[in-house]
Formats: sequence, structure tokens, C-alpha cells
Amino acid sequence: MSDIPQELKYTKSHEWIRVEDDGSLTVGITEHAQGLLGDMVFVELPDVGDEFEAEQDCAVVESVKAASDIYCPVEGEVVAVNEELEEAPEQINVNAYHEGWIFRVQPLKENSLDHLMNPDEYAKLVESESH
Amino acid sequence: MTNATLKETPIIKAHEDMGAKLVDFGGWNMPIHYGSQLDEHHQVRTDAGMFDVCHMTIVDLRGCEVIDYLAKLLANDVAKIADKPGKALYSCMLNNEGGVIDDLIIYSMDPAWVRVIVNSSTREKDLAWMRSQLGNMAVDLTERDDLAMIAVQGPNSREFAVNALADEIAGADDLKPFNALLINAGSENERFVARTGYTGEDGYEIVCPNTQAEQMWRQLADAGIKPCGLGARDTLRLEAGMNLYGNDMDETQSPLESGLSWTVDFSNEKRQFNGRSSLEQQKEQGLKYKFVGLILEGKGVLRAHQEIVGGGELTSGTFSPTMQKAIGFARVPVGASETCQVAIRKKQLDAKIVKLPFVRNGKVLVG
Repeated sequence: MSDIPQELKYTKSHEWIRVEDDGSLTVGITEHAQGLLGDMVFVELPDVGDEFEAEQDCAVVESVKAASDIYCPVEGEVVAVNEELEEAPEQINVNAYHEGWIFRVQPLKENSLDHLMNPDEYAKLVESESH
Repeated sequence: MTNATLKETPIIKAHEDMGAKLVDFGGWNMPIHYGSQLDEHHQVRTDAGMFDVCHMTIVDLRGCEVIDYLAKLLANDVAKIADKPGKALYSCMLNNEGGVIDDLIIYSMDPAWVRVIVNSSTREKDLAWMRSQLGNMAVDLTERDDLAMIAVQGPNSREFAVNALADEIAGADDLKPFNALLINAGSENERFVARTGYTGEDGYEIVCPNTQAEQMWRQLADAGIKPCGLGARDTLRLEAGMNLYGNDMDETQSPLESGLSWTVDFSNEKRQFNGRSSLEQQKEQGLKYKFVGLILEGKGVLRAHQEIVGGGELTSGTFSPTMQKAIGFARVPVGASETCQVAIRKKQLDAKIVKLPFVRNGKVLVG
């Protein structure tokens, strides 16, 4: 069973979201997703200041095997990106939930996060996709 | 997790025991990796790895007209190996329009027996085409689905395999590159060992009965040959400049624009192989594209179907674990030289045009 931290929220496209104290959202891909993609070799990051719609593609992670789009969980502005991934994309494989974070987005309006999945819902998704 | 609709090789149990990540590969439940595709790639370049290639299709052609049959069926000239038992030859099998039905390796076994190994994904159409070309010729075609195949590859792989299998593959250590040997012929312990492969490294492809394949796999693993998945097989063959059917050529593409001109033998003017007149016409009219290697100058990853600015496209691409750069194969306009630009998402990135292969026997050959 994949590691699914209780304090995070999730999307059906396998991103995890951590709500920070200032209301910004840190985004990465889940342990399950990195396992499926395999060894990471390239990450295309958004620029700080870029604005995205909810569910718009805003970054790309590429493993040896395949390229995968990363989607912005809410409408917002990028306030930070994990530049270390440019030199060390394998951090996503090593620790998807910490050193493997990809970007941080500040919601542009009073966003509801109700559309995001809780850990139990995400665990069910992972379970259903492995059949 | 076993999916009942997928075909399994006789080695499946060992794959599960050894931690394979299994995926649906053209209808077969096959190992994509056993933990890290990159580690497996480096293992083959620097030491020894092995691949389950039981999904590939082995066909035996027997009969007194087998050479005449292959002279028409194949674009390469079987005469090169006809009187040289054990010698292997790589060729395309073309349709009448000069498109590639499949690429394959043939092994001359004796004057009336040639063994053919074709791709798994093309099995049904290959067999149908090969049967349709038999006519009234005295050639018997038998699919050998009773046989399994394991590829051991890497600079130390032959030594480890000889140590592990000893008398089972007696004589294999004297094999020259692109030659094969039959051991214990006709017995239940028959082995076919070929010094061939799909990685750009030295090694063997070893064929044995299905019933003995799992045991052989475990013996080879015990001797230090690391199990590798089809993920590493793809990055290794790309670095080695070896084509993949369905990516780099297919029935809509000419071998002359797929980097396979060297396998098309026009030298015997009397040999009217399938597709010959179409290819001669193409040469007369002039080719539009040439098939080259690309190295991406900056960061990113090359992938199949990315477009070349000004015409052409990538047919295969990946991140080269040996070179730590993105590499690929592409059809580019014949006039292109030195560099081109590849459209990757919203950007146009510079790529260097190089001669294939990128890597052979552990060494990078291109700058």
C-alpha cells in the first residue's frame, strides 16, 4: 500500500496539496504516482508570478518512461518553485512529500478546497486504479 | 497482481519473487523494472543483466527450398549466410510497396533449416504473411511456442552465463559475434545460444524449452546476472542506435528512410525480393528524409512524435542514462545537417544531429 499522509489533500490526477499557515498551497505528486512514473529525469517548473486556472497544466515531470502534466489545484499565482528539482529531479523519487515538492500557489480568491480528496478518498482511488 | 487476460512467460513466478513491476506489454504481463530502470541500465553497460524475451516469436523454416524462399521474403540477402551454419543476419521483411512488415533475425542452422526470430507485437501478421508467401515451395513453417528465450547482456554476461550453465551451453564461449550454436541437439536439454542482443553490449540470447526456463533464470541470477525489465531494454537499444518496430519503422515507412538502408541488399540484380521495385523507384525519385540521431542541447526529454521544425519528426526518444542527456531518432529533411530544432510543448529547442549509434560496448561514441 502506498504511503498517503493524513495531513494532506489529494487530486484525482495524483497531486498532493499541503495547506500552509499563510493560506498558500504546496503541491507535489504522490508516492503512488512517482512509483508509477519511475526514475525522474526532468522537471519543467512554472515561473514565480505565473497565474493559472484551477486544473490548468502548470508543470511537467518526466521520468525515463514518460512525461506527465502537473495541474494547478486552484486558481492562483505561483509564489515559489522548488528549483532544486532542476538539478536533482530524483528528489521526487526519494521523498515525494518533502524534498520532492514542486511549487507553491497562492489562491487568488476565497477558494473552496472541497473539490480536493481527503486521504481516505485518495486511498480508494489508488486501490481502484490498481485493478 | 495477475491479470487473467494477459499472457505470461514461463518465468513469471521468478519475476514476482524478484520484485518485478509487471505491466501489460502488448498483451503480455512483463517486467518493466525490478525497482529502478536506471540501475538496470547501468548494470548492463558496466556488468551483466538479463531480460525475459520469451514473448518474442521463434519460427523454424525447414526444407530444401528455404533459401530460395527467404531470398524473396527478405530485403537482406540470405545468400550471405546460406552456407555458413550458425551465422546470423538482420533483415527487414517488406510488403510489395516496400513498407516494413517487421524486422527480424535469421540464423542459418543447416542447409535446410533457418531459425527466424520476429517481434511479439507483430506475431500474427508476420506468420500470416510468411505463410502467404510459401506458395508451393518445399518449406515447412513451424512456430516454436514450446521454446523460451533469455537475453544476458553486458561486458561480464558471457563469463557469468558460462560459469552458471557450464555444460548446458558447452562451446558457447567460443562463439563469434553474430553467430549461434545448437547444443544437445534433438534432446530434451537442447539449447540454442546466439551471441546477439539488443543493447549494444556483448552477450548471449539463450533458447531452451519453456519447462526449463525458470530454473535457468534463477541459475543465471545466482551467478550475478541482474534481472532487468523492458524499460532498461528500451533505453539500452536507443543508446545503441537499434530500431524498434512500430516506432522507428512500420508498414507506412520505407527502410531507406528508417536508417535501415544497410540491411537492404540490391547487389544481386536477379534477386527480386518483395518491395524491391518500390524501393528502387523511391531511390530514383529521391528520398525526402534521412534517419539520424539527435542529442538535445539543453534540458528536457526527447520523445517519439515530437516535431522537427521545418519538417520531420522524432520516431523514438528518451533520456540517456549513460550520456545524461536526452537522445532520440528522427526523420529530418535530407538537407539538414549539424543541428535542428525540436518542438517540445511550447518551446523550440536546439538538437545536434549525429550519426548512430550513441553508445557501443560501454563507450559514448558521439560528442
